[in-house]
Amino acid sequence: MTTTMKPMFHSDINQGNAESEQGANVSSNTPTVNAIEIKNLNFFYGSFQGLKNINLNILERKVTAFIGPSGCGKSTLLRTLNRMYDLYPGQRAEGEINFYNENILEPGNDVNLLRSRIGMVFQKPTPFPMSIYENIAFGVRLYERLSKAEMDERVEWALNKAALWNESKDKLNQSGLSLSGGQQQRLCIARGVAVKPSVLLLDEPTSALDPISTAKIEELINELKKDYTIAIVTHNMQQAARVSDFTAYMYLGELIEYGKTDQIFIKPAKKETEDYITGRFG
Amino acid sequence: MDAVLNNNTVSPKVLSIAKQQRVVDRVFKYTIQFFALSVLLTLLGIIASLIFNAAPALSKFGFGFFTTVEWDVVNGEFGGLIAIYGTIITSVIALIIAVPLSFGIAVFLTEMCPSILRRPLGTAIEILAAVPSIIYGMFGLFIFAPIFAQYIQPALAGTLGQIPGFGILFSGAFNGIGILCAGLILAMMILPFIASVMRDVFEIVPPVLKESAYGIGCTTWEVVRNVVLPYTKTGVIGGIMLGLGRALGETMAVTFVIGNAHKLSASLFAPGNSIASTLANEFGEAEVGAHYSSLFALGLALFVITFIVLTLAKFMLMRMEANQGAKT
Amino acid sequence: MISRDPTLFAKRKRANLFGLTFSLVAMSIGMIFLLWILAILLFKGFSAISPALFLEISPAPGTPGGGLANAIIGSLLMVFFCAFLSTPIGILAGIYLSEYGDNNKFSQVTRFVTDIMLSAPSIVIGLFVYAIIVYQVKHFSGWAGTVALSLIAIPVVVRTTENMLKLVPSTLREAAFALGAPKWKVSLTVVLRAAKSGVITGVLLAIARVSGETAPLLFTALNNQFFSTNMNAPMANLPVMIFQFAMSPYDNWVNLAWGGALLITFAVLGLNILARVVLREKVSV
Repeated sequence: MTTTMKPMFHSDINQGNAESEQGANVSSNTPTVNAIEIKNLNFFYGSFQGLKNINLNILERKVTAFIGPSGCGKSTLLRTLNRMYDLYPGQRAEGEINFYNENILEPGNDVNLLRSRIGMVFQKPTPFPMSIYENIAFGVRLYERLSKAEMDERVEWALNKAALWNESKDKLNQSGLSLSGGQQQRLCIARGVAVKPSVLLLDEPTSALDPISTAKIEELINELKKDYTIAIVTHNMQQAARVSDFTAYMYLGELIEYGKTDQIFIKPAKKETEDYITGRFG
Repeated sequence: MDAVLNNNTVSPKVLSIAKQQRVVDRVFKYTIQFFALSVLLTLLGIIASLIFNAAPALSKFGFGFFTTVEWDVVNGEFGGLIAIYGTIITSVIALIIAVPLSFGIAVFLTEMCPSILRRPLGTAIEILAAVPSIIYGMFGLFIFAPIFAQYIQPALAGTLGQIPGFGILFSGAFNGIGILCAGLILAMMILPFIASVMRDVFEIVPPVLKESAYGIGCTTWEVVRNVVLPYTKTGVIGGIMLGLGRALGETMAVTFVIGNAHKLSASLFAPGNSIASTLANEFGEAEVGAHYSSLFALGLALFVITFIVLTLAKFMLMRMEANQGAKT
Repeated sequence: MISRDPTLFAKRKRANLFGLTFSLVAMSIGMIFLLWILAILLFKGFSAISPALFLEISPAPGTPGGGLANAIIGSLLMVFFCAFLSTPIGILAGIYLSEYGDNNKFSQVTRFVTDIMLSAPSIVIGLFVYAIIVYQVKHFSGWAGTVALSLIAIPVVVRTTENMLKLVPSTLREAAFALGAPKWKVSLTVVLRAAKSGVITGVLLAIARVSGETAPLLFTALNNQFFSTNMNAPMANLPVMIFQFAMSPYDNWVNLAWGGALLITFAVLGLNILARVVLREKVSV
């Protein structure tokens, strides 16, 4: 059992220029566990390097946001965490990603099993061509043998977690595609949550949705983080400021700055971060 | 590999399910790979079988088989030239007639057709392409051939046949069935097919290109000649060769009207034979021996010719797709 | 001031008029042929349509009346078994090409060969099946006919399946993988399902294509003047029956040939239209 009682100084986690900063406003007393520890991660699309020497810890049951201009590598980073890049030959990752002390980049690992423990929700809602019930049951059936009653319960639980139960309980047998865009995305979140992963990766989950659906989902994230570790990529800085506990600013494949969200947005340590946040750049 | 982890334990039941899945995954992959392989194996099997069964005839007659005019079942003397000639000449006739007409149809469908009619007329052409060849054969034998004999053959002999040097092509009795008739029926068969391919190819031209030509005052025909055709050149040739490939192998449409005669004649009105019609008419009764093996040799020749034509067609169409990426 | 040459423009106009008129004429010729053939088929075949066509078997040479019952049943049997055989093989091979083997050499070659087989002369396929089945067991059979038809149908199903599967957006696949689903499940239960209508269309088109094929049956199933459901013996079938009857001197045989031709055309066109309707429904969803 490993519990890292590491005091989280803003400066400790910062990579790149080793400037020692004042590590202000950090609560260092609550014991925190690193769900994911990224060490010296490099990522390549063929010969192009998409991620350069990333070192970062993602804390358990907190929301960590990744921001940065297009092409900075934030989605790439997210997709290394559940080895989604494995689907595409020519893409490879080097380094270490420790998921509860287990290096997921180790070649012998069962990738399918890993993905059942680290879930992902995509930018565009992608309900399966099945009923709402089946959409959720699909993931659960992969690794659990549940009776009909148990499955019904799990589906209801998942839809409740995604704040979709009331809107869908009367039409569980209708196709998932019959829902509105915002509802479809919540269905995808319910689907991801239903298999009870430890970590949820959200890749720009609201960029294709209207403001009302966006607000609903941000509310959801706030609720979900009580039970799940969440990593969210967003190009909407205000969203990052609203929902996350920690923020990482990336640029051109490098991690420029990482720290508590309040810190990053109020008093960023690096000029590049400040330029991006104040809109002078990007 | 899987440790017991901090609030994130993986139960052994789940582990065993995961292990099973890995096995199923591998079995599935090999199974479907095998099915994909079976298509390749079939092609190889066909070639091997044809060669194996044609070998006796080829060893007896040598490769001169393909240039010998003889086809004497009784005495066991065989040569493939009559059939090969018939196959090629009917296909050439079919192309000469079908290609310009297909081109016209494709132009009509893409440039001239009012939009409400575009879909139904396009579908009508595709339906024509789906009609089985035996229908064309019956149509040719019972309806077209008599009309051909009564009106068209005399007309041709009286006009084109009067041009010096062409007379021999249109000589002989007006029997209706024969090489020219078979070529015409074959043209009717491949017309909708080539037209569809050409239309599909024409539709790929980016509207921007055509609009810029129209914008400087080009007439429709000029746009087609100077913009659409050059852009789709390789695709059009590919489509034509696909049509040729079909025409070469066509059996029933030709067998009904080609006349089934083992004679080589300069006249297009004369009856003849194609490889496919020879096989259709004689294979059923061929005794194992020179006849049987010669028929296989004909089949081999047909397959090789068709294979080459279709391969070239495929290369053309692939090249067009590749260029398209470069051009746009 | 630019002087425009009126004769040049007139010449261009004339060329345009000529070209467009030619296209219109070509289209009309195509339409006339279609209507002519269908009209002839209806006219000549209609007189043969009667309950007898479906209830009586083919008549002996010279005997009047008769029907095509044995040929209809025989064709239905062989097409059914062909569909049964080629659908799974074709779909699974298509899944391989689309999901598993996208760019390796083997897939490229297989695709190429499949396309060639699509347009290969069907009579040569008949020769091949004769050599490997009929010659080996020393008799014609419905099974040999089924195999020959399958060799024609499988490339069609493979190609359409692959094309339809490739249209499924990659985000759908990723969403399934992200839940931890193994590849075979993603392919069969998510991707294939998403492409369902397109794949069904491909199967329908393949069936339509083989329903009208004569050449591959000539030396495999041969034909049978009697009623039989024994697939291990020569099998009566519509196309070969039509071939034999049409070329014969007997009037009732020729009449039956037209009736059979009409039946085949209805079946083929019906399946084609059905395939289109199935596909259009999917597109509108």
